[in-house]
Amino acid sequence: MIELCDVSVTIGQCHLNRVSFKVDTGQYAILMGRTGLGKTTLLETICGLRHVASGHILVQGQDVTDYSPGDRSIGYVPQDLALFPTLSVAEHLAFALRIRKCSALETDQRVHEVAEMLGIKHLLQRGVAHLSGGESQRVALGRAVSFRPAVLLLDEPLSALDEATRDEMYQVLRDIKSQTRMTTIHVTHNSDEANALADLRLDIGSSNLVA
Amino acid sequence: MKPIRRRSDKPFFLVMGGISASFVVLIVLLLAADVLFTSSQDFADALGKPEIRAAFWLTMLTCTVAAIMSVFVATPLGYLLARFEFPGRRIIDVLVDIPIVLPPLVLGLSLLILFHLPIGPTQWKLETWLRDDVGFPVTYRWPAIVLAQFSVACAFAVRTMRVTFDQINPRAEDVARTLGCTRGQAFMLVALPQAWRGIVAAGTIAWARALGEFGPILVFAGATRMRTEVLSTTVFLELSVGELDAAVAVSLIMVLMAIVVLILLRSLRLGLST
Repeated sequence: MIELCDVSVTIGQCHLNRVSFKVDTGQYAILMGRTGLGKTTLLETICGLRHVASGHILVQGQDVTDYSPGDRSIGYVPQDLALFPTLSVAEHLAFALRIRKCSALETDQRVHEVAEMLGIKHLLQRGVAHLSGGESQRVALGRAVSFRPAVLLLDEPLSALDEATRDEMYQVLRDIKSQTRMTTIHVTHNSDEANALADLRLDIGSSNLVA
Repeated sequence: MKPIRRRSDKPFFLVMGGISASFVVLIVLLLAADVLFTSSQDFADALGKPEIRAAFWLTMLTCTVAAIMSVFVATPLGYLLARFEFPGRRIIDVLVDIPIVLPPLVLGLSLLILFHLPIGPTQWKLETWLRDDVGFPVTYRWPAIVLAQFSVACAFAVRTMRVTFDQINPRAEDVARTLGCTRGQAFMLVALPQAWRGIVAAGTIAWARALGEFGPILVFAGATRMRTEVLSTTVFLELSVGELDAAVAVSLIMVLMAIVVLILLRSLRLGLST
């Protein structure tokens, strides 16, 4: 479960004023709104990369407003994916687990479990430089869900994909939802994505955010 | 209606190529003149002198130490300047460039003054403290050469590292932090591995700059044969005693060293762009 209570943020020209909403555990929320209204800023604020001017962010009922990004139990897939160019696919999936000092056996098991779920087992030993858009997207998703976060944030995850790959990714996202029961917030402009995936729709307006 | 005219780009290439060639030809002529002036016997004679052999090895040692120190300092400084807005950032940005624009002799003089400036009622001096209490005298000894080289080389290394980190997408470090990294872990595990070519380039540039350093070394370390003589001071010393052949031979050795460094640097840049 994730809850925002009167969260205000100002980054450059972008102002978010007293944003409040709640997404229950296991729900898949689609966040829509015009370009420039601060959807990406809101996601970055939720995962701790932007400073909150006022208000509170609660994850699983715990106030994480002042927590560092790594302590919030939030997986994040940015729009540009931001894969690590020097790491292989397997190293991406193992990254968060190694930071948490999981055992080699546990890490290996989880890497294979996530790779199986996302259909990227055959890519594990490859670097990320020459992956296709869909493959890169799966790796970024796998990296974000590998450590079993309570909340998953997806910033326009399907915007750069062709139609066929997008249909495949719908199924991948549904699988993640059904297998992990992760609370998810997915930013998009595309109403088809909302129709295909949403349990809950959030519309970001010019001054606030309504469910 | 005017008839269609066939125009040529030849004048463009002739003018642009002609202007560009003037500089390239100048460099080639300079090198050619040095090569024609000297002979293999001059090289053998120069390398046979124990002073010049000592200067060669001291140059290699001091340039390498200065380059390593430069990279060690430039990597965190370049990262901080590239990634963060903090009070005084613009001032630091300007300060870092000062050794690049400062006349070399002034830099050497400033180093000399810094180490010998009496401070406070006890007339405490940095050089005296280093010599008497630490047991590590600097002025007019080999550490002064390294410090003089480092002062300029590090400024170039910082610029290189700053550009390197500017070109690396900070989003990857942001994502690493959401995955559980502290800022330090994100730097070590995500930013630094991506910056390795920049680190090698910064080290190479710092090494090359250190090789060419002369003014600050002359003022701060002196030019004592077999003690504080590096190849740039060798050229000066040989010239001052009228040994033009030896001076040119040593100059060409330095040119060869610089060419090796430049080829290494160019290959790294090609690697970066592909």
